[in-house]
Amino acid sequence: MKTLESVLIKHPFFENLDEPYLKLITGCAANVKFESGQFIYRQGEEANQFYIIRQGKVALEVCPPGKTPVTVQTVNEGEILGWAWLVPPYRCHFDAQATELTRAIALDGKCLRQKCEEDIKLGYELLKRLLPAIGRTMEATRLQLVDVYGKRD
Amino acid sequence: MVPRPFRVKTVIQETHDTATLDLQPENPEEEFSFSPGQFNMLYVFGIGEVPISISGSSNGSDGFFHTIRDVGKVTHALINLRPGEKVGLRGPFGNPWPIEEGKGKDVVIMAGGIGLAPLRPALYALISRRDQYGDISLLYGSRTKEDLLFHPEFEIWKKKHGIQVKDTIDTGDRSWKGNVGVVTTLVSRVSFDPSNCIAMICGPEIMMKFSVLELVHAGLAEKNIYITMERNMKCAVGFCGHCQFGPAFICKDGPVFRYDRIKPFISTREL
Amino acid sequence: MGHACYRIFLKTVPYIMNKPEVIGKEGLNRLIQILTGMGYQVIGPTVRDEAIVYDSVHSIEDLPAGWTDEQEGGTYRLKKRSDEALFGYTLGPHSWKQFLHPPERRLWQAQKDSLGFDIVPEKLNNIKYAFLGVRSCELHAIAIQDKVFIQSPHTDLHYQSLRQNALFVAVNCGQAGNTCFCVSMQTGPKVEMGYDLVLTEILDDECHTFLISAGSDAGKTILKAVEAKPAGENEVKRAEEIIANTANQMGRTMATENIKELLYENVEHPAWEKIAGRCLSCANCTMVCPTCFCSTVEDVTDITGDHAERWQKWDSCFTMDFSSIHGGAVRNSTQSRYRQWMTHKLASWQDQFDTSGCVGCGRCITWCPVGIDLTREVAVIRESQPDQAGKLSGSGGQNENS
Repeated sequence: MKTLESVLIKHPFFENLDEPYLKLITGCAANVKFESGQFIYRQGEEANQFYIIRQGKVALEVCPPGKTPVTVQTVNEGEILGWAWLVPPYRCHFDAQATELTRAIALDGKCLRQKCEEDIKLGYELLKRLLPAIGRTMEATRLQLVDVYGKRD
Repeated sequence: MVPRPFRVKTVIQETHDTATLDLQPENPEEEFSFSPGQFNMLYVFGIGEVPISISGSSNGSDGFFHTIRDVGKVTHALINLRPGEKVGLRGPFGNPWPIEEGKGKDVVIMAGGIGLAPLRPALYALISRRDQYGDISLLYGSRTKEDLLFHPEFEIWKKKHGIQVKDTIDTGDRSWKGNVGVVTTLVSRVSFDPSNCIAMICGPEIMMKFSVLELVHAGLAEKNIYITMERNMKCAVGFCGHCQFGPAFICKDGPVFRYDRIKPFISTREL
Repeated sequence: MGHACYRIFLKTVPYIMNKPEVIGKEGLNRLIQILTGMGYQVIGPTVRDEAIVYDSVHSIEDLPAGWTDEQEGGTYRLKKRSDEALFGYTLGPHSWKQFLHPPERRLWQAQKDSLGFDIVPEKLNNIKYAFLGVRSCELHAIAIQDKVFIQSPHTDLHYQSLRQNALFVAVNCGQAGNTCFCVSMQTGPKVEMGYDLVLTEILDDECHTFLISAGSDAGKTILKAVEAKPAGENEVKRAEEIIANTANQMGRTMATENIKELLYENVEHPAWEKIAGRCLSCANCTMVCPTCFCSTVEDVTDITGDHAERWQKWDSCFTMDFSSIHGGAVRNSTQSRYRQWMTHKLASWQDQFDTSGCVGCGRCITWCPVGIDLTREVAVIRESQPDQAGKLSGSGGQNENS
């Protein structure tokens, strides 16, 4: 069985991170498993964790009142799920539901953001890694907004 | 310049707004061949004429397909034709996908919406000589799950021909267990050797622009990326001037272009 | 710019240097009669609606004797000359393209029948035109349209048929207009290609003669029938002087050096927006341009719905519809449409057809209702280039002596 650290070290998100930091983060990590259909978090909940998806797929949903839930993004193997843990007020923005059996590494965001406050360098390192992921999500969202395949009239 | 008579053999309803017409020359003696990526001008009596890319297999024998989305009065008339009805056809026009150039390489095909139609014959051309190509991937994005074209064929492409097929939709509900997000997010989910790979992209211009960025980010050279351009086409033979895109006439110099050759023009607004 | 590219001969006719001859007005009249007798429909300059327009000519009486024109940006006026010159004007709004590439043409008809419908292609038009009074810039314009319709992967058979049947009686320009710049474009004023016969009108004191020489076998045969007299040394010299004088009168100049690169590099430039502030998007420039070739097709049906026709009609890149794809027009703004026109004409045309699309006739300047002047607009862009600082003169536009 692979140790958590050996899994983390190979993930692009933690690439070239200083050894002590990696150790610290490993200390905040745990293996988790979600069954298909299981909610990982729900909109409005405190965002105290984030996840590195090792296997499976997670759908991010919004549920407009009186309507059926709409999936706006799926997060797949190798990708990061959740960034609200680092940004006040630390609340989840969407419902996250596993659409198939999903294995992930859960990282304790509450603990990490405390550590980030204490060690600005660590904070900056994590922010630098999180920001591109947020940026890409935003770019993709904008493209979805354009509705490129929709009927043009 | 004068359309030849063809008859509708079958109509396949693909989605709520898209249908495929299998067209047969009225004169059975008439030879008809095309290369993947080429298009025909289809005329409906009394309505008008539009360019439609050929979506049939490159085998030629099993149909001469045109997959048409209902977006205007001519396309509306086309998808409402019934078997036996007549259309006028001019073509095929335009240049093909780089099927030859891709030999010995990995191939990434990226399609958005109806953009899968002109790429389907390319995919079949690759499949017909599967051993001459490395990893083949099809990345397909569409609006909703109801808009996915040729979905029943995806499993065959995957299982029988060893093609990495990934699809995604812009929005979904809980009945959709697949990916939600833009097509560019699929690039990192398939394997290809960017140093020995060609890519073919067809879809809305914005989708193609971002797909190119993603592929370049993954290490593909711009000269190994091919895209198709859409402009107003009237004559299809370079006389009417409508389809100009910078120095190119889409009808005779395209619709397939090597990205590095049109890069300066594609980034200009209203060109 | 490849200057040599203007000199591509389209007819496979050897341009034998024929000894020039001389005819008088009656000789010119004879020429018209001979051409008519040979089955040609002679088209030449006539006066109508206060302009010189190309129309049927039956004798020299139909020609605009004693008329000339005054041209400027947005201005065209006919004026009386002090002499009776027949070709004493520069250019009117018409060009010969209306005959070879007609403004409207039926491509085919379709009739509904029990099996669907049947398409009947349009027969080729076998009309033989003899064009009288064709200027050098216009011959170049026709050579440019030949590249579009004949020397391309596809051939427009209707154009080809009219073109091959046509006979060209050219005229060397005796004076240049204020909007002329053929010297800059290397397309004139001297007729050097694409003609069957060429005239130079000489008006000296009491004498009104035409130096005439043949440029093709057909021209040679016709010239024989005209019974001209051999030209004297003086007449030849006088004709050369007239042409040289015209060349020195150009009202406009355009610096063509690296013009393709200049425009490609300036697809984004404040000049476009400024021009758009004046441009009415009226499409006049494209209609009067002798090389603009764009067309559209219209499918029409009769009231019963049983008979359909397809018509080809001149179109213009200045219309909104021109660039429409499903969902809207690609070129929504006037600036993008003007940029398309000018960049196509002067730059991308070179990539497409190995020649400039401009022959320097100046019609687009004269007939622009607000007087937009492409020579000036090119100069504006050129002068704004960093390496052009301090080199503001001579980059084009209106000549000071005009």
